[in-house]
Amino acid sequence: MKRTVFRGAGAALALVLALVWAFPVYWMVNSSFLSPATISKLEPTWVPFGGNLSNYRAVLADNAFTSALGMSLVVTTICLVLCLVYALLASFAIGRFRFKGRKSFVLAIIVVQMLPAEAMFIAQYKMLAGANLLNSVIGVSVIYLAMVVPFTTWMLRGFVAGIPVDLEEAAMIDGCTRMGAFRRVTFPLLAPGLVASGVFAFLQVWNEFALASIILTESQKATLPLWLRDFAQSSNLGVTEWGEVMAGSVLVAIPVIVFFMIVQGRMAQGLVGGAVKG
Amino acid sequence: MTTTMTAPASSPARVEQPPRRRRRGHKLPYILLIPAIATLLIGLGYPVTWQILNSFKEYGLKQQFGQPAEFVGFDNYVALFTDAVFWQIALRSVVFMAATAAVTMVIGIAFALLMKVIPTWSRITLQVAMLLAWAMPIVAQMTVANWLIDDRNGVLNYVLSLIPGVDYIGHDWLRDPLSFFGVALVIITWASVPFVAFSVYAGLTQVSEEVLEAGQLDGASPFQMLRLIIMPIIRPVLVILILLQLIWDLRVFAQIQLLQDFGAAGERYDLLGTYIYGLGIGQGQFGAAAAAAMVVMILTLTVSWGYVRRLLKEDEES
Repeated sequence: MKRTVFRGAGAALALVLALVWAFPVYWMVNSSFLSPATISKLEPTWVPFGGNLSNYRAVLADNAFTSALGMSLVVTTICLVLCLVYALLASFAIGRFRFKGRKSFVLAIIVVQMLPAEAMFIAQYKMLAGANLLNSVIGVSVIYLAMVVPFTTWMLRGFVAGIPVDLEEAAMIDGCTRMGAFRRVTFPLLAPGLVASGVFAFLQVWNEFALASIILTESQKATLPLWLRDFAQSSNLGVTEWGEVMAGSVLVAIPVIVFFMIVQGRMAQGLVGGAVKG
Repeated sequence: MTTTMTAPASSPARVEQPPRRRRRGHKLPYILLIPAIATLLIGLGYPVTWQILNSFKEYGLKQQFGQPAEFVGFDNYVALFTDAVFWQIALRSVVFMAATAAVTMVIGIAFALLMKVIPTWSRITLQVAMLLAWAMPIVAQMTVANWLIDDRNGVLNYVLSLIPGVDYIGHDWLRDPLSFFGVALVIITWASVPFVAFSVYAGLTQVSEEVLEAGQLDGASPFQMLRLIIMPIIRPVLVILILLQLIWDLRVFAQIQLLQDFGAAGERYDLLGTYIYGLGIGQGQFGAAAAAAMVVMILTLTVSWGYVRRLLKEDEES
Protein backbone atom coordinates (compact mmCIF):
# COMPACT_ATOMS: atom_id res chain seq x y z
CA MET A 1 0.00 0.00 0.00
CA LYS A 2 2.71 2.42 1.04
CA ARG A 3 4.67 1.43 -2.04
CA THR A 4 1.77 2.23 -4.39
CA VAL A 5 1.31 5.67 -2.88
CA PHE A 6 5.03 6.25 -3.18
CA ARG A 7 5.06 5.23 -6.84
CA GLY A 8 2.00 7.37 -7.54
CA ALA A 9 3.63 10.42 -5.99
CA GLY A 10 6.79 9.72 -7.96
CA ALA A 11 4.82 9.46 -11.19
CA ALA A 12 3.08 12.76 -10.47
CA LEU A 13 6.40 14.44 -9.76
CA ALA A 14 7.82 12.99 -12.98
CA LEU A 15 4.91 14.42 -14.97
CA VAL A 16 5.44 17.88 -13.46
CA LEU A 17 9.15 17.71 -14.27
CA ALA A 18 8.38 16.50 -17.79
CA LEU A 19 6.13 19.55 -18.21
CA VAL A 20 8.87 21.88 -17.00
CA TRP A 21 11.49 20.30 -19.27
CA ALA A 22 9.31 20.24 -22.35
CA PHE A 23 7.74 23.63 -21.75
CA PRO A 24 10.32 25.78 -23.59
CA VAL A 25 10.04 23.54 -26.64
CA TYR A 26 6.25 23.62 -26.44
CA TRP A 27 6.30 27.38 -26.03
CA MET A 28 8.49 27.75 -29.09
CA VAL A 29 6.03 25.76 -31.20
CA ASN A 30 2.98 27.42 -29.64
CA SER A 31 4.24 30.96 -30.20
CA SER A 32 5.22 30.18 -33.77
CA PHE A 33 1.51 29.92 -34.73
CA LEU A 34 0.41 33.17 -33.14
CA SER A 35 -0.15 36.47 -34.87
CA PRO A 36 1.72 39.58 -33.70
CA ALA A 37 -1.52 40.96 -32.25
CA THR A 38 -2.16 37.85 -30.16
CA ILE A 39 1.41 37.50 -29.03
CA SER A 40 1.77 41.07 -27.83
CA LYS A 41 -1.17 40.75 -25.46
CA LEU A 42 -0.19 40.93 -21.82
CA GLU A 43 -1.89 37.65 -21.08
CA PRO A 44 -0.12 34.72 -22.77
CA THR A 45 -2.00 32.48 -25.18
CA TRP A 46 -1.44 28.99 -23.84
CA VAL A 47 -2.80 26.98 -26.75
CA PRO A 48 -2.53 28.23 -30.35
CA PHE A 49 -6.26 28.02 -31.17
CA GLY A 50 -6.97 30.16 -34.20
CA GLY A 51 -3.29 30.28 -35.02
CA ASN A 52 -1.97 30.02 -38.54
CA LEU A 53 1.15 29.47 -40.57
CA SER A 54 1.73 33.07 -41.56
CA ASN A 55 4.87 33.30 -39.40
CA TYR A 56 6.31 30.35 -41.28
CA ARG A 57 5.37 31.91 -44.59
CA ALA A 58 7.15 35.09 -43.58
CA VAL A 59 10.31 33.22 -42.60
CA LEU A 60 10.37 31.06 -45.72
CA ALA A 61 9.91 34.14 -47.88
CA ASP A 62 12.91 35.78 -46.22
CA ASN A 63 15.87 35.70 -48.58
CA ALA A 64 18.28 35.71 -45.67
CA PHE A 65 16.74 32.46 -44.41
CA THR A 66 17.01 30.69 -47.77
CA SER A 67 20.57 31.91 -48.19
CA ALA A 68 21.52 30.68 -44.69
CA LEU A 69 19.81 27.35 -45.34
CA GLY A 70 21.83 26.98 -48.53
CA MET A 71 25.06 27.89 -46.77
CA SER A 72 24.37 25.44 -43.94
CA LEU A 73 23.57 22.68 -46.42
CA VAL A 74 26.72 23.28 -48.45
CA VAL A 75 29.05 23.48 -45.44
CA THR A 76 27.44 20.49 -43.73
CA THR A 77 27.54 18.32 -46.86
CA ILE A 78 31.18 19.08 -47.58
CA CYS A 79 32.21 18.49 -43.98
CA LEU A 80 30.11 15.35 -43.62
CA VAL A 81 31.43 13.64 -46.75
CA LEU A 82 35.09 14.49 -46.16
CA CYS A 83 34.83 13.78 -42.45
CA LEU A 84 33.39 10.31 -42.97
CA VAL A 85 36.01 9.39 -45.57
CA TYR A 86 38.96 10.72 -43.56
CA ALA A 87 37.68 9.28 -40.30
CA LEU A 88 36.94 5.88 -41.83
CA LEU A 89 40.47 5.62 -43.20
CA ALA A 90 41.98 6.73 -39.89
CA SER A 91 39.75 4.42 -37.86
CA PHE A 92 40.98 1.49 -39.94
CA ALA A 93 44.55 2.47 -39.21
CA ILE A 94 44.05 2.58 -35.45
CA GLY A 95 41.38 -0.12 -35.26
CA ARG A 96 43.22 -2.77 -37.24
CA PHE A 97 46.91 -2.06 -36.87
CA ARG A 98 49.44 -1.61 -34.11
CA PHE A 99 52.18 0.68 -35.37
CA LYS A 100 54.74 3.12 -34.08
CA GLY A 101 53.10 6.45 -33.32
CA ARG A 102 49.63 4.95 -32.94
CA LYS A 103 49.40 5.90 -29.30
CA SER A 104 50.41 9.50 -30.02
CA PHE A 105 47.73 9.77 -32.68
CA VAL A 106 45.06 8.33 -30.37
CA LEU A 107 46.16 10.71 -27.62
CA ALA A 108 45.99 13.60 -30.07
CA ILE A 109 42.44 12.86 -31.24
CA ILE A 110 41.26 12.47 -27.65
CA VAL A 111 42.87 15.68 -26.41
CA VAL A 112 41.65 17.67 -29.39
CA GLN A 113 38.06 16.78 -28.50
CA MET A 114 38.51 18.37 -25.10
CA LEU A 115 39.68 21.74 -26.37
CA PRO A 116 37.00 24.41 -26.32
CA ALA A 117 36.46 26.70 -29.29
CA GLU A 118 37.36 29.72 -27.19
CA ALA A 119 40.85 28.37 -26.60
CA MET A 120 41.62 28.50 -30.31
CA PHE A 121 39.24 30.67 -32.25
CA ILE A 122 41.46 33.74 -32.18
CA ALA A 123 44.29 31.78 -33.78
CA GLN A 124 41.97 30.14 -36.29
CA TYR A 125 40.54 33.53 -37.16
CA LYS A 126 44.01 34.93 -37.75
CA MET A 127 45.00 31.97 -39.90
CA LEU A 128 41.93 32.30 -42.13
CA ALA A 129 42.32 36.08 -42.27
CA GLY A 130 45.90 35.59 -43.42
CA ALA A 131 44.82 33.14 -46.11
CA ASN A 132 41.95 35.38 -47.20
CA LEU A 133 39.46 32.69 -46.29
CA LEU A 134 37.24 34.51 -43.84
CA ASN A 135 33.61 34.44 -44.99
CA SER A 136 34.27 31.48 -47.24
CA VAL A 137 32.91 27.96 -47.35
CA ILE A 138 36.42 26.54 -47.60
CA GLY A 139 37.66 28.46 -44.58
CA VAL A 140 34.87 27.41 -42.27
CA SER A 141 34.96 23.83 -43.58
CA VAL A 142 38.68 23.50 -42.84
CA ILE A 143 38.07 24.46 -39.23
CA TYR A 144 34.95 22.32 -38.88
CA LEU A 145 36.68 19.27 -40.31
CA ALA A 146 39.39 19.53 -37.68
CA MET A 147 36.59 19.74 -35.13
CA VAL A 148 34.61 16.66 -36.23
CA VAL A 149 37.22 14.26 -37.63
CA PRO A 150 38.69 13.33 -34.21
CA PHE A 151 35.37 12.39 -32.62
CA THR A 152 34.19 10.53 -35.72
CA THR A 153 37.47 8.60 -35.94
CA TRP A 154 37.21 7.69 -32.29
CA MET A 155 33.66 6.49 -32.67
CA LEU A 156 34.26 4.52 -35.88
CA ARG A 157 37.31 2.87 -34.35
CA GLY A 158 34.93 1.04 -32.03
CA PHE A 159 32.88 -0.28 -34.94
CA VAL A 160 35.94 -1.26 -36.95
CA ALA A 161 37.40 -3.14 -34.00
CA GLY A 162 34.07 -4.94 -33.65
CA ILE A 163 34.35 -6.56 -37.08
CA PRO A 164 36.53 -9.68 -36.99
CA VAL A 165 39.39 -9.65 -39.47
CA ASP A 166 38.63 -13.32 -40.13
CA LEU A 167 35.48 -12.40 -42.02
CA GLU A 168 37.44 -10.34 -44.49
CA GLU A 169 40.12 -13.00 -44.83
CA ALA A 170 37.52 -15.69 -45.40
CA ALA A 171 36.08 -13.64 -48.23
CA MET A 172 39.55 -13.28 -49.71
CA ILE A 173 40.14 -17.02 -49.52
CA ASP A 174 36.84 -17.46 -51.31
CA GLY A 175 38.25 -15.38 -54.14
CA CYS A 176 37.49 -11.76 -53.30
CA THR A 177 40.11 -9.16 -53.86
CA ARG A 178 41.07 -7.04 -50.86
CA MET A 179 38.88 -4.22 -52.11
CA GLY A 180 36.09 -6.64 -52.89
CA ALA A 181 36.28 -8.12 -49.41
CA PHE A 182 36.07 -4.64 -47.96
CA ARG A 183 33.17 -3.64 -50.16
CA ARG A 184 31.12 -6.82 -49.78
CA VAL A 185 31.88 -7.82 -46.20
CA THR A 186 33.31 -5.07 -44.06
CA PHE A 187 31.47 -2.08 -45.44
CA PRO A 188 27.93 -3.44 -44.94
CA LEU A 189 28.84 -4.34 -41.37
CA LEU A 190 30.14 -0.83 -40.84
CA ALA A 191 27.05 0.88 -42.22
CA PRO A 192 25.29 1.35 -38.86
CA GLY A 193 28.46 2.86 -37.45
CA LEU A 194 28.78 5.21 -40.39
CA VAL A 195 25.17 6.33 -40.01
CA ALA A 196 25.53 6.93 -36.28
CA SER A 197 28.81 8.81 -36.46
CA GLY A 198 27.60 10.66 -39.55
CA VAL A 199 24.59 11.94 -37.65
CA PHE A 200 26.85 13.09 -34.82
CA ALA A 201 29.08 14.97 -37.22
CA PHE A 202 26.01 16.46 -38.88
CA LEU A 203 24.62 17.68 -35.55
CA GLN A 204 27.91 19.26 -34.56
CA VAL A 205 28.42 21.10 -37.82
CA TRP A 206 24.78 22.08 -38.32
CA ASN A 207 24.50 23.55 -34.80
CA GLU A 208 27.91 25.17 -34.60
CA PHE A 209 27.70 28.76 -33.52
CA ALA A 210 30.91 29.99 -31.83
CA LEU A 211 33.34 29.56 -34.73
CA ALA A 212 30.78 30.53 -37.34
CA SER A 213 30.09 33.81 -35.55
CA ILE A 214 33.76 34.69 -35.84
CA ILE A 215 34.59 33.35 -39.29
CA LEU A 216 31.37 34.18 -41.15
CA THR A 217 30.78 37.82 -40.34
CA GLU A 218 29.09 38.82 -43.60
CA SER A 219 25.34 38.31 -43.48
CA GLN A 220 25.26 36.74 -46.96
CA LYS A 221 27.58 34.03 -45.64
CA ALA A 222 25.64 33.32 -42.45
CA THR A 223 24.74 29.74 -41.57
CA LEU A 224 21.36 28.96 -40.00
CA PRO A 225 22.41 29.49 -36.35
CA LEU A 226 23.85 32.91 -37.27
CA TRP A 227 20.73 33.74 -39.24
CA LEU A 228 18.53 32.92 -36.26
CA ARG A 229 20.62 35.15 -34.00
CA ASP A 230 20.43 38.04 -36.45
CA PHE A 231 16.75 37.44 -37.13
CA ALA A 232 15.90 37.48 -33.42
CA GLN A 233 17.74 40.75 -33.02
CA SER A 234 16.31 42.56 -35.99
CA SER A 235 13.48 44.32 -34.24
CA ASN A 236 10.67 46.17 -35.87
CA LEU A 237 10.60 49.61 -34.20
CA GLY A 238 12.06 48.14 -31.03
CA VAL A 239 9.54 45.30 -30.93
CA THR A 240 10.80 41.79 -31.66
CA GLU A 241 8.39 39.79 -33.81
CA TRP A 242 8.50 36.82 -31.47
CA GLY A 243 6.03 34.79 -33.51
CA GLU A 244 8.27 34.88 -36.57
CA VAL A 245 11.40 34.38 -34.48
CA MET A 246 9.86 31.27 -32.91
CA ALA A 247 8.85 29.98 -36.35
CA GLY A 248 12.49 30.46 -37.34
CA SER A 249 13.62 28.58 -34.21
CA VAL A 250 11.30 25.70 -35.04
CA LEU A 251 12.65 25.49 -38.58
CA VAL A 252 16.24 25.45 -37.27
CA ALA A 253 15.50 22.96 -34.49
CA ILE A 254 13.22 20.42 -36.23
CA PRO A 255 15.81 18.67 -38.41
CA VAL A 256 18.14 18.55 -35.44
CA ILE A 257 15.51 17.03 -33.16
CA VAL A 258 14.61 14.42 -35.79
CA PHE A 259 18.21 13.35 -36.37
CA PHE A 260 18.92 13.48 -32.68
CA MET A 261 16.15 10.98 -31.99
CA ILE A 262 17.81 8.56 -34.42
CA VAL A 263 21.04 8.43 -32.47
CA GLN A 264 19.94 9.26 -28.95
CA GLY A 265 20.53 5.73 -27.76
CA ARG A 266 24.20 5.99 -28.61
CA MET A 267 24.59 9.49 -27.33
CA ALA A 268 25.11 8.43 -23.74
CA GLN A 269 26.94 5.23 -24.65
CA GLY A 270 29.62 6.82 -26.76
CA LEU A 271 30.58 9.42 -24.21
CA VAL A 272 30.60 7.44 -20.99
CA GLY A 273 31.14 4.05 -22.60
CA GLY A 274 33.56 1.80 -20.83
CA ALA A 275 32.94 3.54 -17.53
CA VAL A 276 30.65 0.79 -16.36
CA LYS A 277 33.02 -2.04 -17.14
CA GLY A 278 35.13 -0.78 -14.24
CA MET B 1 16.76 3.59 -23.27
CA THR B 2 17.41 0.57 -21.15
CA THR B 3 20.42 -0.25 -23.27
CA THR B 4 23.59 -1.00 -21.45
CA MET B 5 26.33 1.56 -21.43
CA THR B 6 29.01 -0.47 -23.08
CA ALA B 7 30.51 1.33 -26.01
CA PRO B 8 30.36 -0.34 -29.40
CA ALA B 9 34.02 -1.15 -29.00
CA SER B 10 33.43 -3.38 -26.05
CA SER B 11 30.44 -5.37 -27.25
CA PRO B 12 30.74 -8.95 -26.11
CA ALA B 13 30.48 -10.13 -29.70
CA ARG B 14 33.90 -8.75 -30.43
CA VAL B 15 36.43 -11.38 -31.28
CA GLU B 16 39.72 -10.92 -29.49
CA GLN B 17 42.20 -10.75 -32.29
CA PRO B 18 45.71 -9.45 -32.11
CA PRO B 19 45.64 -6.96 -34.99
CA ARG B 20 49.38 -7.13 -35.57
CA ARG B 21 48.94 -10.27 -37.65
CA ARG B 22 49.21 -8.35 -40.87
CA ARG B 23 52.88 -7.76 -41.24
CA ARG B 24 52.81 -6.80 -44.89
CA GLY B 25 50.84 -3.62 -44.29
CA HIS B 26 53.45 -1.85 -42.21
CA LYS B 27 53.17 1.24 -44.37
CA LEU B 28 49.42 1.08 -44.84
CA PRO B 29 48.34 2.54 -41.47
CA TYR B 30 50.43 5.63 -42.09
CA ILE B 31 48.90 6.12 -45.52
CA LEU B 32 45.42 5.74 -44.05
CA LEU B 33 46.18 8.42 -41.50
CA ILE B 34 47.38 11.05 -43.97
CA PRO B 35 44.04 12.83 -44.58
CA ALA B 36 43.10 12.90 -40.90
CA ILE B 37 46.50 14.16 -39.83
CA ALA B 38 46.58 16.77 -42.58
CA THR B 39 43.14 18.00 -41.47
CA LEU B 40 44.25 18.28 -37.88
CA LEU B 41 47.50 20.01 -38.78
CA ILE B 42 45.77 22.64 -40.91
CA GLY B 43 42.71 23.25 -38.75
CA LEU B 44 44.33 22.96 -35.34
CA GLY B 45 48.08 22.35 -35.45
CA TYR B 46 48.95 25.50 -37.33
CA PRO B 47 46.64 27.82 -35.36
CA VAL B 48 47.76 26.42 -32.02
CA THR B 49 51.41 26.83 -32.95
CA TRP B 50 50.68 30.40 -34.02
CA GLN B 51 48.92 30.96 -30.75
CA ILE B 52 51.73 29.61 -28.61
CA LEU B 53 54.29 31.74 -30.48
CA ASN B 54 52.13 34.85 -30.42
CA SER B 55 51.39 34.58 -26.75
CA PHE B 56 55.09 35.48 -26.40
CA LYS B 57 54.98 38.31 -28.94
CA GLU B 58 53.83 41.85 -28.85
CA TYR B 59 50.89 41.80 -31.22
CA GLY B 60 48.54 44.73 -30.91
CA LEU B 61 47.00 47.27 -33.24
CA LYS B 62 50.37 48.47 -34.55
CA GLN B 63 51.24 44.97 -35.70
CA GLN B 64 47.86 44.78 -37.39
CA PHE B 65 49.07 47.56 -39.61
CA GLY B 66 52.27 45.89 -40.65
CA GLN B 67 54.78 46.35 -37.87
CA PRO B 68 56.63 43.13 -37.17
CA ALA B 69 55.58 41.40 -33.98
CA GLU B 70 58.52 41.15 -31.62
CA PHE B 71 59.17 38.54 -29.01
CA VAL B 72 58.55 39.96 -25.58
CA GLY B 73 59.02 36.84 -23.48
CA PHE B 74 56.39 36.41 -20.81
CA ASP B 75 55.20 40.03 -21.00
CA ASN B 76 51.72 39.10 -22.22
CA TYR B 77 51.30 36.58 -19.44
CA VAL B 78 52.66 38.97 -16.83
CA ALA B 79 50.28 41.68 -18.06
CA LEU B 80 47.40 39.22 -17.95
CA PHE B 81 48.18 37.88 -14.48
CA THR B 82 48.61 41.35 -13.02
CA ASP B 83 45.30 42.48 -14.51
CA ALA B 84 42.56 42.50 -11.88
CA VAL B 85 39.87 42.24 -14.57
CA PHE B 86 41.35 39.02 -15.92
CA TRP B 87 41.43 37.44 -12.47
CA GLN B 88 37.89 38.51 -11.83
CA ILE B 89 36.69 36.95 -15.08
CA ALA B 90 38.79 33.81 -14.64
CA LEU B 91 37.46 33.33 -11.13
CA ARG B 92 33.91 33.98 -12.32
CA SER B 93 34.32 31.39 -15.08
CA VAL B 94 35.60 28.78 -12.66
CA VAL B 95 32.81 29.48 -10.16
CA PHE B 96 30.23 29.39 -12.94
CA MET B 97 31.67 26.13 -14.23
CA ALA B 98 31.66 24.49 -10.79
CA ALA B 99 28.20 25.77 -9.84
CA THR B 100 26.57 24.75 -13.11
CA ALA B 101 28.23 21.33 -13.07
CA ALA B 102 27.20 20.76 -9.44
CA VAL B 103 23.58 21.77 -9.98
CA THR B 104 23.39 19.67 -13.16
CA MET B 105 24.82 16.61 -11.44
CA VAL B 106 22.49 16.85 -8.43
CA ILE B 107 19.37 17.28 -10.55
CA GLY B 108 20.51 14.66 -13.06
CA ILE B 109 21.14 12.05 -10.37
CA ALA B 110 17.81 12.86 -8.70
CA PHE B 111 16.04 12.41 -12.04
CA ALA B 112 17.75 9.07 -12.63
CA LEU B 113 16.75 7.80 -9.18
CA LEU B 114 13.20 8.99 -9.76
CA MET B 115 13.09 7.24 -13.14
CA LYS B 116 14.12 4.01 -11.40
CA VAL B 117 11.15 3.95 -9.01
CA ILE B 118 8.25 5.27 -11.10
CA PRO B 119 5.93 3.30 -13.44
CA THR B 120 7.13 2.86 -17.00
CA TRP B 121 4.62 5.19 -18.68
CA SER B 122 5.60 8.15 -16.51
CA ARG B 123 9.29 7.36 -16.98
CA ILE B 124 8.90 7.41 -20.75
CA THR B 125 7.02 10.71 -20.59
CA LEU B 126 9.87 12.25 -18.63
CA GLN B 127 12.43 10.75 -21.00
CA VAL B 128 10.70 12.15 -24.08
CA ALA B 129 10.50 15.59 -22.48
CA MET B 130 14.20 15.45 -21.66
CA LEU B 131 15.13 14.30 -25.16
CA LEU B 132 13.37 17.35 -26.58
CA ALA B 133 15.38 19.66 -24.35
CA TRP B 134 18.59 17.78 -25.06
CA ALA B 135 18.12 17.94 -28.83
CA MET B 136 17.54 21.69 -29.02
CA PRO B 137 20.35 23.51 -30.83
CA ILE B 138 22.09 26.06 -28.61
CA VAL B 139 20.96 29.03 -30.68
CA ALA B 140 17.33 27.88 -30.52
CA GLN B 141 17.67 27.29 -26.77
CA MET B 142 18.92 30.79 -26.18
CA THR B 143 16.38 32.38 -28.50
CA VAL B 144 13.47 30.64 -26.82
CA ALA B 145 14.90 31.49 -23.39
CA ASN B 146 14.99 35.13 -24.37
CA TRP B 147 11.39 34.95 -25.41
CA LEU B 148 10.41 33.26 -22.13
CA ILE B 149 12.10 35.98 -20.07
CA ASP B 150 11.13 38.85 -22.37
CA ASP B 151 10.42 41.82 -20.12
CA ARG B 152 7.07 42.79 -21.64
CA ASN B 153 5.44 39.68 -23.05
CA GLY B 154 7.56 36.90 -21.56
CA VAL B 155 5.59 34.11 -19.94
CA LEU B 156 7.95 34.00 -16.94
CA ASN B 157 7.23 37.55 -15.83
CA TYR B 158 3.53 37.00 -16.39
CA VAL B 159 3.43 33.87 -14.24
CA LEU B 160 5.51 35.45 -11.48
CA SER B 161 3.17 38.43 -11.45
CA LEU B 162 0.23 36.14 -10.77
CA ILE B 163 1.58 35.76 -7.24
CA PRO B 164 -0.29 38.35 -5.16
CA GLY B 165 1.82 41.39 -4.40
CA VAL B 166 4.46 40.59 -7.00
CA ASP B 167 4.83 42.64 -10.15
CA TYR B 168 7.51 41.46 -12.52
CA ILE B 169 6.06 42.90 -15.72
CA GLY B 170 8.87 44.83 -17.37
CA HIS B 171 11.58 43.14 -15.30
CA ASP B 172 14.83 42.73 -17.25
CA TRP B 173 16.49 39.50 -16.15
CA LEU B 174 19.71 40.26 -17.98
CA ARG B 175 20.48 43.65 -16.43
CA ASP B 176 21.95 42.60 -13.10
CA PRO B 177 25.13 40.49 -13.65
CA LEU B 178 24.21 37.98 -10.96
CA SER B 179 20.77 37.53 -12.49
CA PHE B 180 22.40 37.32 -15.95
CA PHE B 181 24.56 34.41 -14.87
CA GLY B 182 21.62 32.89 -13.01
CA VAL B 183 19.68 32.82 -16.27
CA ALA B 184 22.70 31.29 -18.04
CA LEU B 185 23.02 28.66 -15.32
CA VAL B 186 19.35 27.71 -15.56
CA ILE B 187 19.43 27.38 -19.35
CA ILE B 188 22.65 25.37 -19.42
CA THR B 189 21.44 23.13 -16.59
CA TRP B 190 18.12 22.58 -18.36
CA ALA B 191 20.00 21.52 -21.47
CA SER B 192 22.59 19.31 -19.71
CA VAL B 193 20.44 17.48 -17.15
CA PRO B 194 19.07 15.01 -19.75
CA PHE B 195 22.52 13.66 -20.61
CA VAL B 196 23.40 13.18 -16.94
CA ALA B 197 20.00 11.68 -16.11
CA PHE B 198 20.11 9.20 -19.02
CA SER B 199 23.69 8.17 -18.27
CA VAL B 200 23.14 7.70 -14.54
CA TYR B 201 19.90 5.85 -15.23
CA ALA B 202 21.73 3.51 -17.58
CA GLY B 203 24.29 3.03 -14.83
CA LEU B 204 21.56 2.27 -12.31
CA THR B 205 20.09 -0.46 -14.52
CA GLN B 206 23.40 -2.26 -14.07
CA VAL B 207 22.88 -2.53 -10.32
CA SER B 208 21.55 -6.05 -9.94
CA GLU B 209 18.32 -6.72 -8.12
CA GLU B 210 19.93 -9.44 -6.03
CA VAL B 211 22.41 -7.06 -4.49
CA LEU B 212 19.61 -4.67 -3.61
CA GLU B 213 17.49 -7.45 -2.15
CA ALA B 214 20.40 -8.70 -0.09
CA GLY B 215 20.84 -5.19 1.26
CA GLN B 216 17.17 -4.99 2.10
CA LEU B 217 17.24 -8.32 3.91
CA ASP B 218 20.19 -7.14 5.95
CA GLY B 219 18.02 -4.23 7.07
CA ALA B 220 19.57 -1.34 5.15
CA SER B 221 17.47 1.85 5.01
CA PRO B 222 16.81 3.35 1.56
CA PHE B 223 19.38 6.04 2.26
CA GLN B 224 21.98 3.48 3.32
CA MET B 225 21.24 1.45 0.20
CA LEU B 226 21.88 4.52 -1.89
CA ARG B 227 25.08 5.52 -0.14
CA LEU B 228 26.61 2.10 0.52
CA ILE B 229 25.42 -0.03 -2.41
CA ILE B 230 24.23 2.03 -5.38
CA MET B 231 26.71 4.91 -5.26
CA PRO B 232 29.86 2.75 -5.18
CA ILE B 233 28.59 0.75 -8.17
CA ILE B 234 27.83 3.78 -10.34
CA ARG B 235 30.83 5.78 -9.10
CA PRO B 236 32.88 5.34 -12.31
CA VAL B 237 30.01 6.79 -14.36
CA LEU B 238 29.61 9.69 -11.95
CA VAL B 239 33.31 10.56 -12.08
CA ILE B 240 33.28 10.74 -15.86
CA LEU B 241 30.04 12.71 -15.90
CA ILE B 242 31.43 15.29 -13.47
CA LEU B 243 34.55 15.67 -15.61
CA LEU B 244 32.51 16.09 -18.79
CA GLN B 245 30.17 18.59 -17.16
CA LEU B 246 33.13 20.64 -15.91
CA ILE B 247 34.70 20.66 -19.38
CA TRP B 248 31.43 21.59 -21.06
CA ASP B 249 30.51 24.27 -18.55
CA LEU B 250 33.84 25.94 -19.15
CA ARG B 251 33.13 26.18 -22.88
CA VAL B 252 29.99 28.28 -22.80
CA PHE B 253 31.07 31.01 -25.19
CA ALA B 254 28.06 30.53 -27.46
CA GLN B 255 25.52 30.74 -24.65
CA ILE B 256 27.07 33.78 -22.98
CA GLN B 257 27.64 35.54 -26.29
CA LEU B 258 24.00 35.00 -27.28
CA LEU B 259 22.73 36.23 -23.93
CA GLN B 260 24.91 39.31 -24.29
CA ASP B 261 23.56 39.86 -27.79
CA PHE B 262 20.04 39.90 -26.41
CA GLY B 263 20.68 41.66 -23.14
CA ALA B 264 23.45 43.64 -21.56
CA ALA B 265 27.04 43.36 -22.70
CA GLY B 266 30.32 44.39 -21.15
CA GLU B 267 33.06 43.15 -18.90
CA ARG B 268 30.74 42.52 -15.98
CA TYR B 269 28.86 39.96 -18.06
CA ASP B 270 31.95 38.24 -19.45
CA LEU B 271 33.29 34.78 -18.93
CA LEU B 272 36.67 33.73 -20.31
CA GLY B 273 35.35 32.91 -23.78
CA THR B 274 33.70 36.26 -24.42
CA TYR B 275 36.62 38.02 -22.72
CA ILE B 276 39.11 36.46 -25.17
CA TYR B 277 36.80 37.28 -28.05
CA GLY B 278 36.63 40.93 -26.99
CA LEU B 279 40.37 41.12 -26.46
CA GLY B 280 41.26 39.58 -29.82
CA ILE B 281 38.52 40.26 -32.34
CA GLY B 282 37.16 43.34 -30.56
CA GLN B 283 40.34 45.20 -29.62
CA GLY B 284 42.87 43.60 -31.94
CA GLN B 285 45.16 42.69 -29.03
CA PHE B 286 46.14 39.35 -30.47
CA GLY B 287 49.18 38.79 -28.28
CA ALA B 288 47.20 39.24 -25.08
CA ALA B 289 44.26 37.25 -26.46
CA ALA B 290 46.61 34.40 -27.41
CA ALA B 291 47.99 34.35 -23.87
CA ALA B 292 44.48 34.29 -22.38
CA ALA B 293 43.48 31.51 -24.78
CA MET B 294 46.50 29.51 -23.65
CA VAL B 295 45.28 29.85 -20.07
CA VAL B 296 41.89 28.43 -21.06
CA MET B 297 43.58 25.62 -22.96
CA ILE B 298 45.75 24.66 -20.02
CA LEU B 299 42.80 24.89 -17.64
CA THR B 300 40.75 22.59 -19.90
CA LEU B 301 43.54 20.08 -20.25
CA THR B 302 44.03 20.02 -16.49
CA VAL B 303 40.34 19.38 -15.85
CA SER B 304 40.02 16.78 -18.60
CA TRP B 305 43.21 14.83 -17.93
CA GLY B 306 41.39 12.14 -15.96
CA TYR B 307 38.93 11.59 -18.79
CA VAL B 308 41.70 11.49 -21.39
CA ARG B 309 43.56 8.85 -19.37
CA ARG B 310 40.38 6.80 -19.07
CA LEU B 311 39.80 6.84 -22.83
CA LEU B 312 43.43 5.93 -23.52
CA LYS B 313 43.09 2.95 -21.21
CA GLU B 314 39.90 1.92 -22.97
CA ASP B 315 41.75 2.09 -26.28
CA GLU B 316 44.60 -0.07 -25.03
CA GLU B 317 42.18 -2.70 -23.78
CA SER B 318 40.43 -3.01 -27.11
